Amino acid sequence: MRLVVVGNGMAGSRLVGEVRARDPHMPVTVFGAETWQPYNRVLLSNVLAGSSGPDQVRLLDPSWYASHGVEAVFGTEVVRVDRSAQTVITADGRSTPYDVLVMATGSEAIVPPVPGAELAIPFRTLDDCHRILAAAEHGRRAVVVGGGLLGIEAARGLAGRGLPVTLLHLAGHLMERQLDAEAGLVLGETLTGLGVDIRTGVTAEAILEEGVRLADGELVEGDLVVLACGVRPMTALAKESGLSVRRGIVVDDEMRTEDPAVFAIGECAEHDGTVYGLVAPAWEQAAVAAEIITGGKALYRGSRLVTRLKARSVELAAMGETHLTEEHAEVVRFTHRARGTYRKLVIRDGRLVGAILLGDTDAVGTLTQLFDRGGPLPGDRAGLLFPGLGAVTVADSPVLMPDAAKVCQCNNVTKGQIRACWEAGARDVAGVAAATRATTGCGTCRDAVEGIVGWLCEQEGISA
Amino acid sequence: MVTATHCPYCALQCGMTITATGTDITITPRTDIPANSGGALCQKGWTAAELLTNGERLTTPLLHGRPVAWDTALDYVADRLTAIRAVHGPDGVAVFGGGGLTNEKAYQLGKFARVVLGTSQIDYNGRFCMSSAAAASLRAFGLDRGLPFPITDLAETDVVLLAGGNVAETMPPFVRHLTGPRLIVIDPRRTATAKLAWLHLQPTPGTDLALALGLLHLVIAEGLVDEDYVAARTSGFEQVRTSLASWWPERVERVTGVPVGRMREAVRALASARRAAVLTGRGAEQHAKGTDTVTAFINLALALGLPGRPGSGYGCLTGQGNGQGGREHGQKADQLPGYRKIDDPAAREHVAAIWGVRPEELPGPGRSAYELLDALGTPQGPRALLVFGSNPVVSAPRSAHVTERLDALDLLVVCDIVLSETAARADVVFPVTQWAEETGTMTNLEGRVLLRRQAVPAPEGVRSDLEIIRELAGRLGHRFSAEPREVFEELGRASAGGAADYAGITYERITEETGVFWPCPSPDDPGRPRPFLDSFATPDGRARFVPVEHRPAAEEPDDDYPVYLTTGRVLAQYQSGAQTRRIAALTKAAPEPFVELHPDLAEQLAITAGDVVRVLSRRGESTGVARVSDTIRRDTVFMPFHWEGANRLTNPALDPSSRMPEFKVCAVRVEKVA
Repeated sequence: MRLVVVGNGMAGSRLVGEVRARDPHMPVTVFGAETWQPYNRVLLSNVLAGSSGPDQVRLLDPSWYASHGVEAVFGTEVVRVDRSAQTVITADGRSTPYDVLVMATGSEAIVPPVPGAELAIPFRTLDDCHRILAAAEHGRRAVVVGGGLLGIEAARGLAGRGLPVTLLHLAGHLMERQLDAEAGLVLGETLTGLGVDIRTGVTAEAILEEGVRLADGELVEGDLVVLACGVRPMTALAKESGLSVRRGIVVDDEMRTEDPAVFAIGECAEHDGTVYGLVAPAWEQAAVAAEIITGGKALYRGSRLVTRLKARSVELAAMGETHLTEEHAEVVRFTHRARGTYRKLVIRDGRLVGAILLGDTDAVGTLTQLFDRGGPLPGDRAGLLFPGLGAVTVADSPVLMPDAAKVCQCNNVTKGQIRACWEAGARDVAGVAAATRATTGCGTCRDAVEGIVGWLCEQEGISA
Repeated sequence: MVTATHCPYCALQCGMTITATGTDITITPRTDIPANSGGALCQKGWTAAELLTNGERLTTPLLHGRPVAWDTALDYVADRLTAIRAVHGPDGVAVFGGGGLTNEKAYQLGKFARVVLGTSQIDYNGRFCMSSAAAASLRAFGLDRGLPFPITDLAETDVVLLAGGNVAETMPPFVRHLTGPRLIVIDPRRTATAKLAWLHLQPTPGTDLALALGLLHLVIAEGLVDEDYVAARTSGFEQVRTSLASWWPERVERVTGVPVGRMREAVRALASARRAAVLTGRGAEQHAKGTDTVTAFINLALALGLPGRPGSGYGCLTGQGNGQGGREHGQKADQLPGYRKIDDPAAREHVAAIWGVRPEELPGPGRSAYELLDALGTPQGPRALLVFGSNPVVSAPRSAHVTERLDALDLLVVCDIVLSETAARADVVFPVTQWAEETGTMTNLEGRVLLRRQAVPAPEGVRSDLEIIRELAGRLGHRFSAEPREVFEELGRASAGGAADYAGITYERITEETGVFWPCPSPDDPGRPRPFLDSFATPDGRARFVPVEHRPAAEEPDDDYPVYLTTGRVLAQYQSGAQTRRIAALTKAAPEPFVELHPDLAEQLAITAGDVVRVLSRRGESTGVARVSDTIRRDTVFMPFHWEGANRLTNPALDPSSRMPEFKVCAVRVEKVA
């Protein structure tokens, strides 16, 4: 059986790896339109920010294909799929037969239809990233159009490189799909503090050499304009081959299209009415498709979405249904704008269905897992938002400590035993250690023993 | 009589002095041994004299539960072994050793199995402890010496990362070496050790590997790789760098539950340290992916340029008293003395010559510990088993099944000081001498060979393991020495030229030099406290980066078994508890098995502290008293493994390379016992 994969991005390359891990022999050909080895798109924001080098995003070593018997064709676009002949045809006219075809064509950046759009650089690919970085090197001021996840990461990254940045956003608050208005506001304030000028509720009408002209005529200055206006699934190839396409290529729970020989995964696929734009679902889909293609059984049932902003000094996680209000769900909320903190839990039937965590917090790990697993929540909701609360213990002062309290773990010595030992005449740590062995193990209770002995001596002084 | 010797328990092998006046035996800490410098001991060490006077001590051999004379028992065993071998072949007889046995015993046991019994079927409980760290260290460095530096180096470091180790309970005096550095602890529980830490990362059980990948991803992303070191002293970094592109911190956070911010703090602390150490314990190692998990931590250490640099490094914390020496001299299924591979023709030739046999007479590699126990009494498996220094009924994973396999044997022989749970099921029990009643060498967690000297006379009626081996060998037509010094000298010759070369070590040198580090190939060689300073033990002298991938635990929670179980130790008990559960002060400190769970989970299950709770897995069930504590994750319960029960639950899924069972994570259900 011969497998052909169209698309060598995050989804396509993952699928190839998953298939190879399950079947070392199946002939596999993968076509990538980009000239690069597959790379991790998630890390492009880090490359832009300078927190990852361009060589740190490569997902496979160049030698991987040869050592794993996979034919990889880079920089070659597949222009046609002939489903009746089960072949794909590339731009250079080459035709490749398949028994199983996987479409992993991904999506492309949306370029708004405004005059001068060609002057701006979209932020989607590694090539885009290089172009932006080259422009930023001599740029004096940047404008980022689009205040979604990617736009914010780009703006923060450029600001971190010392470039003044203005972020333009059409909606009333940033990341409106993932955040409620208050979270968007707090996030904007945090970014402002990091050198990003936030302009929400504005429409870019034209892109000029000297900046971006807004609908109200104002010119937002900038000699580098970056577009982050969302993405659109690349479905033309599938559509032309007669496959059913809505927003994305329609697939079932096995990631199969209506043609049993053709699968679609990643950002070009539409499962149960949803087109996913994050890597985690794409990788889950790749695993399911690989399992089916290699003769196994698996079903994809949709993914829970966790959005995690990657921007230095801005900790943000948003998951699930963050927009629900008290009318429809139990909502727990904490805001502390001065510190850039906003935390919100959305709970239904005792389970976490959504959350926003803005500002550094240890709760993020636990809450993400509670959301992912859909398990029951504890009654104490505050403890979830403030994980440190339970751990705070009052310093064990010798006075307050009960006699039964264990002071030396290593030798199982209680305060009562130390007191008894003191009453029998011991007046220092060495005396207590000789009698009880306290402090002779790991040694960390030395201060506590000293404190107790000191306090007892003090008491003696007072009563005397 | 005053004798300078060492503690009977863990791999720290604290120095202690035993003063015996008649039946009055007192223990005081030695101050000349670096491991417990300053004269430290934990409660186990302080109370160890009770082991010598304990009323439950066995002093006569038992045959089918009845006391018999030594000759009767030895003749019976020899006859049965001969008969079983005649019917089922040499592999019909198996041997199971232990990481608490002296080097002399471990060596002699391996020789006895290969030469006298001719069986390939020998392995030991160290497979359950050190095998993953050993496999990973061999892969990376070409040599497995737990700490490839003296323990005292740790005090000079700025940062220590400890992955899956709870030294404050398992080897308390070790903590004294950690008062200098900033300590980062990785553990699903806020253990006594984690409470001492500057930073505690609390991952989901079974995700340490992902966490290590995330930490290394950050080291690379933030430009903190020691590029000069990587170029000069390692190979394979590029492949590892590529493999890490898939493990960006936000993904790792979702898998592990450890916040990205905490990972960054850990990485920055490690990278900014002048000297740092990365250490792993069983928490990271006892997994079906334990070898790869350790490899990921070694990769992290290598990227930071730590191993083989003065005052820095990677090390594993060996657990059992002779967990280091026990894994070097041939009681492991695939091994010959000197840390040689049994399938290496040169190794076979060398060892066969010492043993006076032809190389082709030596059997090949046998089954690993769990696979061996699992095969007992089956049509293809051994029909007889000799157990030395181990209690698998308590300590093996899926222990109810292991107990069934032991019961299916035609012959089970156990050597022990007390009637352990395993001994209680044996056809023949040999009562043996213990630590202070015999002499032998132990190799501690640093790879320092120490001498444990006889300090008191053995009770009437008991014999040493070496004597039992000699007696059985004699009855089966072979002459073996039972004199520890003679056996050690032979071990030295057998190990000569091997990785763990003891040829230059003598009892006298150990005494004069307070221990000798291996390798020590000749009498004038000082030993190697830091064997990697100039080069690693690989063919090209470079440490190897090996790309590894995270995968889920063999058994993840589901609707039927919704909670993780992890297991471990408590301070006042040791291993299967055969020794410590018989000491009054220790049973007072830790009297019974318990189940530690988070207040939120307890609330959800309507359990309150002190309730008796039942824990069920696909393999069995066990009960314990509920301890409610916010030091554990909400999704996890903890049980100590010192009592028979916890291991009825654990999962024998094995690491593909080390054959380590997955003790540290499985899925369970918890319910209140009505």
